[in-house]
Amino acid sequence: MLQKTTNIFVAGVGGQGILKFSNLLCEVAMRAGLDVKKSEIHGMAQRGGSVTTHVRFGKKVYSPLIPQGSADFMVSMEHLEAVRHIAFLNPEHGRLIYDPYEIAPPEVYTAQREYPADIEERLAKFAPNRVAVPAFENALKVKNPRAQNVIMLGTLSEFLSFDDALYEEVIRDGFKPKYVDSNIAAFHLGKEFASP
Amino acid sequence: MSNTSNKKFLSGDEAVAQGAWEAGCHIAAAYPGTPSTEILEAVVTYSDIYCEWSTNEKVAYEVALGASMAGARALYASKHVGLNVAADPFFSSAYIGSHGGLVVITADDPSMHSSQNEQDNRYYGIAAKVPVLCPSDSQECKDFTKLAFDISERFNIPVIVRLTTRTSHANGVVTCEDRRSVPIKGYEKKIQKNLILPAFARKLHASLEERMLALKEFSETTDINRIEEGEESVGIIADGVAYTYAREAYPDAWFLKLGMSHPLPEKLVRELASRVKKIFIVEENDPIIETAVKAMGVDCIGKEKVPRVLELNPDRLRKAFFDEETAPLDVGDVPARPPALCPGCTHRPVFAILARLKPIITGDIGCYTLGALPPLNAMDTCVDMGASITVAHGIRKALDLVQDEKQKNRKIVAVIGDSTFFHSGLTGLANVVYNSSPITVIIMDNRITAMTGHQQHPGTGKTLMGADAVEIDPAEVARALGVKYVKVVDPYDYAATKEVLTEAINLDEPAVVITKRACPLYDRSMWKKPYWINEDECNGCKICIQIGCPAISFKAEEKKAYITPVLCTGCSICAQICPKGAIHASEDN
Repeated sequence: MLQKTTNIFVAGVGGQGILKFSNLLCEVAMRAGLDVKKSEIHGMAQRGGSVTTHVRFGKKVYSPLIPQGSADFMVSMEHLEAVRHIAFLNPEHGRLIYDPYEIAPPEVYTAQREYPADIEERLAKFAPNRVAVPAFENALKVKNPRAQNVIMLGTLSEFLSFDDALYEEVIRDGFKPKYVDSNIAAFHLGKEFASP
Repeated sequence: MSNTSNKKFLSGDEAVAQGAWEAGCHIAAAYPGTPSTEILEAVVTYSDIYCEWSTNEKVAYEVALGASMAGARALYASKHVGLNVAADPFFSSAYIGSHGGLVVITADDPSMHSSQNEQDNRYYGIAAKVPVLCPSDSQECKDFTKLAFDISERFNIPVIVRLTTRTSHANGVVTCEDRRSVPIKGYEKKIQKNLILPAFARKLHASLEERMLALKEFSETTDINRIEEGEESVGIIADGVAYTYAREAYPDAWFLKLGMSHPLPEKLVRELASRVKKIFIVEENDPIIETAVKAMGVDCIGKEKVPRVLELNPDRLRKAFFDEETAPLDVGDVPARPPALCPGCTHRPVFAILARLKPIITGDIGCYTLGALPPLNAMDTCVDMGASITVAHGIRKALDLVQDEKQKNRKIVAVIGDSTFFHSGLTGLANVVYNSSPITVIIMDNRITAMTGHQQHPGTGKTLMGADAVEIDPAEVARALGVKYVKVVDPYDYAATKEVLTEAINLDEPAVVITKRACPLYDRSMWKKPYWINEDECNGCKICIQIGCPAISFKAEEKKAYITPVLCTGCSICAQICPKGAIHASEDN
């Protein structure tokens, strides 16, 4: 059993399935016999705001919040959101798994400013250890445009030690029957993005 | 949810529901409010508890109190400010006490993730003389809720269980058990207890002080207050989720973990003080434990080190304990991403019209408060549930006394949602009619309590438990309250809505306009194929940009507006306001 707590910070924009992603991940960790905690802010999750969750698992977890600079992984479903929260990532060994998909924030879609063009340079500086996952554009390939989050879960799974069968079991229990097959396909597609 | 003994991954809110169910709770009443909403949404999944969305928190509290008087185990739940609305019956209920167990869940919101203040509701325990339990995680949310029912019946008193956003909306592994069968004791007439005439209340107050003394003894001996031995001669007294942060930040310290922070277990505090050289008090927001510990003459470090404003976390505590500061990372300029009115939001056209008519706009609590943000900028005030109507009335009366003609002639519009109208708008509207002020009240009727995630209310025709209900019509209510000008419009018809609002605002009498159409997130059946902008017809005037729809953006290089198809719900408002007629419905609509 893991002695050290694993910290995973998840970020994105309301509506991208960040809470679902976190729930699936936590369920996997719990069924693997670990203590798990998750904290989220979702009061405005449906209204296009910035949404984050803290996921922590290990032998015994106290705080539901990840200390700054302590996330072993950051999963971001949106380009800018990865930069916004990068301070949570462990600067030495933390790994960023992100979709470079861009969603315009209000100041951008109301034509007050441009979407920042230098995000990759900033990520290169703060997250040398990173994996870009074109999950949004690939979600259509598994015939489920909402499967961006499960594709990202597949990528993350390559860096964790839980069995694939456990993820599949949790996906089967976590979706309505008609969405199960496309999400399992999405999960396996995501695994392919883990190695460049 | 199943009732077998096993482990589940539950949020604190869900765990409260599980705890209430296990405790044999019979009745639960609440009004939705982040972060407490999911408590009743979880309670409703247990078939053996009657539960309801009451019209407001005062009503919910009185429903729970009545159920307790009838000998049932009853649960009240709200966000922190909800207990302000219920404060009147809450204070009296401490005198009355319980017959069936009465548990009061308050979900506070340090950092104001979705609230207007970060008031510390542990004060309610002190002010009303009611015990306060502070769970630190989901397992304790369940266990403490169960325990609260027992304490309530044993000590004849309502019991507060104080959650915060980081317990309500944090998940943890919870060991679940079966439901206890607790019979409803039934109603007995006891006017000296349940009818608080001054003569009875004087005796009840004396009895309440005795009950609190007994609870103080209980606080010393209950296992939810305990000393945990450490390696260093530093002690930490902590309650709620702050305990988990402190555990993380200072693993080698001694702890006095308070599951019941009021009444304070003074003997345990003194015992800890005898074991360590230095004591930190770790509590979110106000120095409530700290004040009590200092009053005992025990030396401790509190708010001079532990921040009072905004929620705590392990980083802030490391700074408090060791002066270790985590240097902020300079990641460059990152545009903010606040929540915004959704694509297709039925409130957007109303605010777009108000932004042009430029009245004083008093707002209320709901999604529509987002109308205050740029680019709409269509709201002047927001105070509390129902205040749109009453504040508008007050402003009107004051401006009527002003000499300055420009001020005197300002038009005033109150904007209130349908659920908020039933919560606290009725009495305000009656006051507008009774004390006659010519303001316009817009009831933005999107057929649901939208902000908290689509809960039913008295205008929707459905109850929390899914039963059909009388659909109370806000227009009929307004007429019955004496408003003569009452009109209902479809906010997706921009021209008609503008005409009615213009007429109403210029009247010399109270007016009610109901903009009626379902929240597009609640009723997706009204979605249409995405609209599109013909670039040859678009002249780049940005009028469509000014309504702040996330589906419309502006391409600076081409100087043309553009609709993102995956975001557009086909509401057509942009097409209706485009002066060039450049925005079109999809051909196959």
